[in-house]
Amino acid sequence: MKRQAQAVVLFLIGGTVIRASFTDLYLRYVKAGLRPFLLVAGVVLITAAVATVWYEVRRPREGAANRSASEHGDSGGHTHHEPRIAWFLALPVLALILVAPPPPGSYSAGRTGTALQRPPGFPTLPAGDPLRLSVLDYAGRAVFDHGRSLDDRKIKLTGFITLGDSGAPYLSRMSLNCCAADAQPVKVGLSGRVPPTLQPDAWLEITGTYSKKKAKDPVNDGAIPFIDVSRARPVKAPHNQYEN
Amino acid sequence: MPTTEAPPRAGDREADGPQGRQANSSLVLMIALLLLVAVFQTPIRRALSLPLMQNWMTVFVAVFIQALPFLVLGVLLSALIAVFVPPSFFARALPKRPTLAVPVAGMAGVVLPGCECASVPVAGALVRRGVTPAAAFAFLLSAPAINPIVLTATAVAFPDDPQMVLARFVASLVVACAMGWLWHRLGRSDWLRPPARPSFEGLGKGAAFWGSVRHDVMHAGGFLVVGAMAAATLKAVVPESWLRLAADNPVVSILVLGILAVLLSICSEADAFVAASLTQFSLTARLAFLVVGPMIDLKLFAMQAATFGRGFALRFAPVTFALAVLTSALVGAVLL
Repeated sequence: MKRQAQAVVLFLIGGTVIRASFTDLYLRYVKAGLRPFLLVAGVVLITAAVATVWYEVRRPREGAANRSASEHGDSGGHTHHEPRIAWFLALPVLALILVAPPPPGSYSAGRTGTALQRPPGFPTLPAGDPLRLSVLDYAGRAVFDHGRSLDDRKIKLTGFITLGDSGAPYLSRMSLNCCAADAQPVKVGLSGRVPPTLQPDAWLEITGTYSKKKAKDPVNDGAIPFIDVSRARPVKAPHNQYEN
Repeated sequence: MPTTEAPPRAGDREADGPQGRQANSSLVLMIALLLLVAVFQTPIRRALSLPLMQNWMTVFVAVFIQALPFLVLGVLLSALIAVFVPPSFFARALPKRPTLAVPVAGMAGVVLPGCECASVPVAGALVRRGVTPAAAFAFLLSAPAINPIVLTATAVAFPDDPQMVLARFVASLVVACAMGWLWHRLGRSDWLRPPARPSFEGLGKGAAFWGSVRHDVMHAGGFLVVGAMAAATLKAVVPESWLRLAADNPVVSILVLGILAVLLSICSEADAFVAASLTQFSLTARLAFLVVGPMIDLKLFAMQAATFGRGFALRFAPVTFALAVLTSALVGAVLL
């Protein structure tokens, strides 16, 4: 790969990463906390691209003035034939510019077991009726506290629909530890007044109360609590589709 | 929204393409690629909209984006070492005898706050600056596993099992030092064949620094992309239910999670959370996942081969894997 082409690739990666961090596109793939580091990395890559072009433009002039220095530079120049592997760097750039793949949805949630873990505690719920909870918070209280701290309150949950093997709908929400590669779903089953037709990946806002019903995730035997639905309303996918 | 930018870009280049055709074939190749993608947008989009492909691309892009800042950090550190730190510094900082230099370098891994993408270029720069390879490898293996960020992540991921942090630290350090000593005794320098690298000697400091940055990003970055593709393929293709079958046998489960760590190529700052979610496996098996992952995985293998030569990587990787699995089993039996 020629140096000019390398500069172009460096510039494209840097530019794409910076653009993704400014447009919230990055939230589809990594956590919000990575943003400053992404910006710094983008700036470094663009600087490297500019520096490459700058030194490339300056080199021949110096070479004309000093023959031995130019030979030295050229010996580096001939081995600079960077491996073809460097072309692969164009792929993530293309994927980001042209496709911008969506955050993992029902396909991935259906294949991955629920990642519910015992929360450290069950603090008293704040006021509010209905009270908005995260799917993770609700599921943690429902499974590990047997709904005691939920106290028959009216709860509002937002998530997307995943259909189980038997067509049973689950309200799911992905949570992220680091990047979308480790995204794991937390699933809550729906009982009560469930809308008759539910499309996978459709986002719903559920209002309901704690249900004693439990199920096991066929993928990993993880516990899936249920919510007794009183109202279900289609909503737009939220800004950040991950919880925590 | 994303598509609006691509066609004009491809179009701009098409305009000044003919002049550059002779001079720069690689640039023409790229323009052709961008043009092709722009022209066949609809069929490509249809193929890419399958859930399997979408999932593959999401994981691929996510692994790349997540690793990029750490790669850049490692590349910058490596360029700093290569250009501004004189070789005499390491001669003074490390004990003369390689036997002693190995554990010192292994412990020094504590200070590199990053994941494995950062440690490979740094270790490469250390070797080129005259650090004995045995010590550089101890650093290479220990740095991604025992730095404070990774250990904190491990503690957060295993709130009920704080001994996991200690087990991870001990097992990783033991494997790193053992590999360093093993290389010192058995390693041969002709296995180490770093690919030809442009010499930055005789250039100004600025030119040498940015030359090194550019070279390392193109090199290690290309292999990072390959590793991300492998990890995405695995994640998208292998169903999780297969893992359940393996979890029942204690010996098989350790081996399976070791192999899974290699295949998934998760960043060491994130692997603790993934390990925590593999609740069907024993703590010892999950320890193997945490010890193997930062030392050897698909993208690391590709990056090591690029930095130290394929002959090195082919010998180093399997031994590292075997030693890491064995040590995790032993440490797990004692501590967990």
